[in-house]
Amino acid sequence: MFTMTSVGDRLNQLKSHNQCALIPFITAGDPDLETTGKALQVLAENGADVIELGVPYSDPLADGPTIQAAATRALEKGVKLEDVLNIVRETSSKIDVPIILFTYYNPIYYRGLEAFLQQIKSAGVKGLIVPDLPLEEAEILLETAQKMGIEVTLLVAPTSSQERIEAIAAKSQGFIYLVSVTGVTGMRTQMGTRVKDLLLDLRKVTDKPIGVGFGISSPEQAKQVKDWGADAAIVGSALVKRLSQGSPEEGLQAIGEFCKSLKEAIA
Amino acid sequence: MTKTPIKTNSNTTQLPDNLGRFGPYGGKYVPETLMPALAELETAYAKYRADADFQQELQGLLKDYVGRPSPLYFAERLTQHYARPDGTGAQIYLKREDLNHTGAHKINNALAQTLLAIRMGKKRIIAETGAGQHGVATATVCARFGLECIIYMGVQDMERQKLNVFRMELLNATVQPVTAGTGTLKDATSEAIRDWVTNVETTHYILGSVAGPHPYPMIVRDFHAVIGQETRRQCQEKFGASPDILMACVGGGSNAIGLFHEFIPESSVRLIGVEAAGESIVSGKHAATLTEGRPGVLHGAMSYLLQDTEGQVVEAHSISAGLDYPGVGPEHSYLKDTGRAEYYSVTDQEAVEVLCKLSELEGIIPALETAHAFAYLDKLCPQLEGSPRIVVNCSGRGDKDVQTIAKYLGDKI
Repeated sequence: MFTMTSVGDRLNQLKSHNQCALIPFITAGDPDLETTGKALQVLAENGADVIELGVPYSDPLADGPTIQAAATRALEKGVKLEDVLNIVRETSSKIDVPIILFTYYNPIYYRGLEAFLQQIKSAGVKGLIVPDLPLEEAEILLETAQKMGIEVTLLVAPTSSQERIEAIAAKSQGFIYLVSVTGVTGMRTQMGTRVKDLLLDLRKVTDKPIGVGFGISSPEQAKQVKDWGADAAIVGSALVKRLSQGSPEEGLQAIGEFCKSLKEAIA
Repeated sequence: MTKTPIKTNSNTTQLPDNLGRFGPYGGKYVPETLMPALAELETAYAKYRADADFQQELQGLLKDYVGRPSPLYFAERLTQHYARPDGTGAQIYLKREDLNHTGAHKINNALAQTLLAIRMGKKRIIAETGAGQHGVATATVCARFGLECIIYMGVQDMERQKLNVFRMELLNATVQPVTAGTGTLKDATSEAIRDWVTNVETTHYILGSVAGPHPYPMIVRDFHAVIGQETRRQCQEKFGASPDILMACVGGGSNAIGLFHEFIPESSVRLIGVEAAGESIVSGKHAATLTEGRPGVLHGAMSYLLQDTEGQVVEAHSISAGLDYPGVGPEHSYLKDTGRAEYYSVTDQEAVEVLCKLSELEGIIPALETAHAFAYLDKLCPQLEGSPRIVVNCSGRGDKDVQTIAKYLGDKI
């Protein structure tokens, strides 16, 4: 059976025990769909509390080179949304970790909001992140998704004004995704200290869990954001890179070990 | 025939609305990081568009640096070419944007946005370019004002527009090759947006078409509206009336909107946009977004879009780098749906043929982009009754394209 837990419930549970959650991200279909299915299990077995699954898109504006390249490879193999959802359907019965889809807006719009949400819900997806849909454009999606029991998580950026931070925090579902850098996804050697202040600003206006992502690529950085008060650390490019290197088996082993080390750092 | 008295309509057009919408099109589909920058740009534009100092500096430079007003030229031999045996037929005028400094309309917007960027305190300028004309225009203005300039350009476009790459480098700009996707305008635009997301606090992004998130489609349109405003005045001077038909090529659609905008409220003026049909519409290798696309989101705006059945953006194809784009400005989508403007497409071959014809008949080598507008005359003229006056936006000159044309025609130069 699918996990019954929502993203918000899972993160709040951990938060109430003062634990920082780990949210790994991988791109679906890279290196292939079969490996994606196995990767979801490997991540679940190695400390993932929630998993973000990226749907490959032709024009991933918010992504840096690592995830762009992964998406391109997946699309070249002909990976379609339905394939990704089949993997979710098969895997979510085996793991007790809620899955969030990370997808750009055009594929959603193309299918129609309700049809899209229905499709992902029936596959067992619990949450949705749409990086090119800011608050102003997200209203209908937020409303429709809420009715259907899918949590749409909004992003806060270092450039967001206090006013916007409050409005986004009020509307975001599941948790609030704090983008740690002005920039696209990708590995960085240092966490901007601005994150610390942003976490404080956010905390003043919300009780919802706060996840920090974009740029976290080592256990040390994950621990850093935990110490600054994050409720979840989101790690993407560093995993996508490891999964794509060598054979699928080597990639799976590498992300298992890496995921474990991330979890240990924030446990 | 009664004609509307001279008036400037630009300020009476209410679109886009305050959410940046032209009907259902437009909007701001961008990462949160950029939202404050778009708001900042909107505020700055609202402040300076009416500011006397800004307007004075802009008008002065448009005159002395760009060379405006650009002439409205009666193309006598082209008109004769389409004349019927009884002597009637379309009277064809060319709005000579190709005579602007840097050789295309693009500098109107690049100059005005640079003046805006300086007032916003931004010292670093980025831009995307396809044909290289917007890149050259931006690099030119940045050189004029001593600003750092980075131009994103697809590798395929760098190859087919080598001359413009060299020009940009001469102008001290950095041309950043983009290898993603097909290495064309779409990919260059994505990469420019990624740069902007990363450096938004120090950088102004001079978007080169009426595409992208609000307020760009509005700002770029307004900065090119001078084309239509001059055309109205020049038509009055030359024949005491408004033109009957306006024609322009459409990639993102900036030169077309620049010409159309002034005349949108004047419903007796036919507005015709011509897209690139590439190898042909049926081959699938084309860039006819309005003809063949369906609504979707690309580069921050809802508009017609070339996409597959999964909602993935598909690659466009055109011999013209400036039209080789799977999206289109949102206002064009609105003008299409409301029926205010008509959109057609012509193939690579038709564009090259007319380019040769215009060169021979008028001594004007148009850009490959521009040639698409002229190519539609072949289909349009036989359908017209009497002697309507057509203004074709001669949006750019073809010097940059001679290698591409020679290659297409099988010549070696």
